[in-house]
Parts: sequence; structure tokens; C-alpha cells
Amino acid sequence: MTNNAPTNKTNPWLFRFAVLTAFVTFLLIGLGGLVTSHGAGMSVPDWPNTYGYNMFTFPISKWVGGIFYEHTHRLLASAVGLLTTVLTVWLWLKDPRKWMHWLGVAAFFGVVAQGILGGLRVTLHMDSLGVFHASIAQLFFILICAIALFTSRFWIELNAGSKNYFVSRGLRTLVLVTTLMIFVQLIIAATMRHQHAGLAIPDFPLAYGKVWPATNPDAVAGYNARRISVTEEAPVIAFQIQLQMAHRVVALAIFILVAACAWLSWRRLGGKDSLTKLAFFWLALIFVQIGLGAWTIWSNKAADVTTLHVMVGALSLVTGALWCLIGFGRLTLSLPDAKTFGVFGVQTSMMVNK
Amino acid sequence: MKISSLFPLVAALVLLPVAHAADIVGIVTFKGTSPAEKEISPIMDDANCSAGYSKTPTTHFYIVGPKGELADVVISLKDVTGKSIGAAASPAVLDQKGCLYTPGIIAIQTGQKLVVKNSDNCVHNVHDKPTADGNHESNDVQMPGGADLTYTFAKPEPFLKFQCDVHPWMFAWVSVFDSPYFCVSDKDGKFVIKNVPPGKYTVEAAHRKLGSQTQEVEVKDSDVTVNFPAFEVK
Repeated sequence: MTNNAPTNKTNPWLFRFAVLTAFVTFLLIGLGGLVTSHGAGMSVPDWPNTYGYNMFTFPISKWVGGIFYEHTHRLLASAVGLLTTVLTVWLWLKDPRKWMHWLGVAAFFGVVAQGILGGLRVTLHMDSLGVFHASIAQLFFILICAIALFTSRFWIELNAGSKNYFVSRGLRTLVLVTTLMIFVQLIIAATMRHQHAGLAIPDFPLAYGKVWPATNPDAVAGYNARRISVTEEAPVIAFQIQLQMAHRVVALAIFILVAACAWLSWRRLGGKDSLTKLAFFWLALIFVQIGLGAWTIWSNKAADVTTLHVMVGALSLVTGALWCLIGFGRLTLSLPDAKTFGVFGVQTSMMVNK
Repeated sequence: MKISSLFPLVAALVLLPVAHAADIVGIVTFKGTSPAEKEISPIMDDANCSAGYSKTPTTHFYIVGPKGELADVVISLKDVTGKSIGAAASPAVLDQKGCLYTPGIIAIQTGQKLVVKNSDNCVHNVHDKPTADGNHESNDVQMPGGADLTYTFAKPEPFLKFQCDVHPWMFAWVSVFDSPYFCVSDKDGKFVIKNVPPGKYTVEAAHRKLGSQTQEVEVKDSDVTVNFPAFEVK
């Protein structure tokens, strides 16, 4: 991918614009999280209009209750659509790499598809579409962040070979597997959230007071009898309890894997390598994410806490994805004498021109 | 034979089943301590919603009297289908008042009209979420002072959910039966299923949180009392 029409020139304003698009996309994921956390996804029954108004002329005085979250989500989504369109055109006109043109086109169609999916989720009354909407949002965020990375000076220099150095195949594979596991985790989370069943398990670190909760019909009936929620969710079912347990187990596995990634990066790349720093940032995110997951339960799924959990989850995924892109962008040659590497510096013996 | 002399015979034949119909009555109770209800605090943050409240309203899943009388239990004849006279029945009414659904638990027949009112000075969206095949989900806007909305459901379904997504604490549960033989227990836990034809039946008592239980009864020509064991949180 990086060998097509290589360029040594950077376009700092294009890079900044891509970063801005990525940042607003990140905010959009947060606002989407608030919509679901507040159970407001269906508070505006029509689409693309809002209560019969053109979306952009809907009076602010009517932005009340759940409408506020859903309507502002739509407006911010429109902003992301506009930014993505400009980014696509900009890439097409100014980026010399042909594959970047098509990456921009993919982003454009991605944001359009995502908008339509969000609209259909409302007009077709399909909660299940919300799972796809949430999952595709994560992939779109990765795509925009990747575009930002590819337009950065860092990537251009990496691609030019001046700052290339070895990353072992094993480490790259480990990070890739971990990143994929985080994506699976986010799909599990989206499935949990879009079933609108509230907290399937109300305590942590135990689950209904046990290491592994009973899920037989009598036990589940007892759980439901005790569940008192202001936002009266549907009764919890055994599958939802098992799903949350899976979420916890996968979270533990992710923590172990990311810790392993950070440790291996440090051992193999050295403490000053950008990928090692990124791996430790990733590990810090996972720490925060586990804390937010626990807080989500202890706060009885407070909307702001739950949404922060969603946002840090998205950051964790994109961090792994960017690590993979950089890692796979580096050389795959085995250099057994490799010991130390600079942050962005060049170790002559390892420089390889692509 | 004169037609006038046939009239008493025809009348007797028509009225015969009615004469034998009886009521199924009883009281449902709750044993133990019910889980504590929660304050619906978001309602007080909304100027329109909070106007009628002097203190924060609470959830009301467990309406239990001093002697354990349990309200909002839906009592019905299980597996009695195809007997609905809902199309001819008076409409049931669900109101939105103080940003809460009133009543929170209601039962209707298939084909019976359910009229949803908005007595509030704010917009609600009326979002029904049926799960039975043949019942259709809808999501309708109801402005303050707007026209009543009318819903009917073709298939029986227990605890069909109505909600407002603008005010996510607003819920009502509508049980739909394919017969007229059902009722909801009142605040004294009392229930009456009227005019049940003679026969053997399974009577089901279903509570939104506590699940359901059944009793077998035989209706002859006088009222039958059904004694359900007290509901409890297991």
C-alpha cells in the first residue's frame, strides 16, 4: 500500500484537517453513546426530518429531554459528513498517492452509509441496527484516524524509509490479534447496550454475589424481581447475563494481551521507540477503561460514566489499529542484532530503503 | 304455533348461557418485603413535567397494601383464545399526565381500541414495542393538546411495552388477550373476571416483576373464588 506513488512531501493543513475530522468523529461517538445511555434513540420518530422540521431549522426551544441528545447527534453527524466530504475532495485533488484517493472515497461512502444506517434504525424501529451503527462507527473512526496518520509527516518519513526499523512479526501479530479482540469486545458491548436491558449484572467484581452467577430460570426471575430502575428496562434474560460475563472475561484477556504488547515492545524496541510509547499509552487506556467499566456498574450505569466508557473503548481500539498500521508499515526483515532504536531517529545499520 | 308464543322459548335459549355465567373473584397478596422503589429524580429537572409534583415521584412496581394486598396483577384465563369481542368493546384509555403513564398496567382485548391521551403541556412520543408476530411497532409524536392516538393489536401478548423516549422514565405495560376474560387487581388486591361461561379453566396471575402463577378452577353457575399463594421475591 505504501509503495504506490511514494511522496516525500507533506501537506500540513490536510493533516490538520484530517485530525480535526477524526476529533469531531470521536465526539460524535461520544454523543452517540449519550443517546443510547439516555435511551433517547427513538425520541425523534422521523428521519431525516426532525418532528416534521428540516433538521437544521428545528427550533432550539424544542431540544428537550431525549430529543436534545438525538437531535444534536444528528447535527454533529451532519458536521462529520461535511468534514469527511471536504477531506475526500481534498485528498482526491491534492494527495499524490492514488490509494489515498480511494481511501477518501471509502470514508465518504462510509459516512453516508453510517448516516443512512442511523436513520433506518429509527424509521424501521430496529434496535439490532443500532449494534451495526455502533460497530461501524468504530471502523469509520479507525479509517479517519488512519487517513490522519497517512497524511502526517511521521508517516511520510516512515514511508520514505528514513526512519524505518525492524518490528518483529510476532509482536505485530500479537498487537493485531489484541486489536481484533478489542473490536470483538466493542461488538459485545454494543450488543449489550442496544438490548436496552440496563445492567444485566448489578455488582462488580462479583456477579450477583458470586464469581459466576446462576442463570437458571428461578435465579433470573429473582434477579428481575429485585431490579428497580427509574428507566424501567426490559427484564434481563440469561443470555444478557452471560454476555456481560463474556464482556468481563474478554476485558481481562485484553488487559493481559495489551500488557504483553507493552512489555514486548519495550523489550524488543526499547523504551524510547514511538511504538513502545504508544503501547504503554494503550496499556494506560486499558487501565482507565477497566476502571470506567467498574464505575459504570457501581454508578448503576450513569449516562456520563457509561459514555466515557464507550469513548475510551473507541480510543483503545484506534490506538491498537494505529500501532498495527505503523508496525506493519515498518520493515518485516529479521534483524537479529537489533537492540536499540531511537524515538524517530535512524540507526544506520537498520535503515532500509523501500 | 303463533310467533308470539315462540318468543319466550327463543329468549330462554339466548339467555341460557348468560344465566349460567359466573364471576371468578379473589385477592392477590404479596409476602415479605418488597424491594425499595426509587425516586424518579429526572422528572423534577424538567419544568413541564415537575409542575404538578410537590415531591419527587417514585417508581411503583410494587403497590402493596398494609395486609400484603398486591395491585397491578393481571389475572386472565389461560389458553382461552378466539373469544375476543374487542372490536365492540369500549376503548381503553392510557393517559400521559405529569410525564407518567396512567395507569402503568392495563389489559385489553385483541382488536380493542387503546386511546392514548396527552394531558401534559409538553411533547411525548408514544412508542409501543410489541414482540408478538402480527403486532406492529410504531413511534408517534403527540404534541401538547394534540389529538388522541389510537392503537389496536391483533395478537395476544403479555406486558406489551409503551414508552416515551423523550422522557425515558415513562413506561406503561399493556397485556393483550384474545378473550374478554381478564382483569387487573386493584389497590386492595381484589380482582373480578366477569361472566365466565361454565367450564374448567386455568387462571393465571401475572405480575410485571414477580412472574406468574396459575390455579385450576371449575366454573358452574355461581361465583368462584380463586386463592393464589402469596407472591414473593425469591
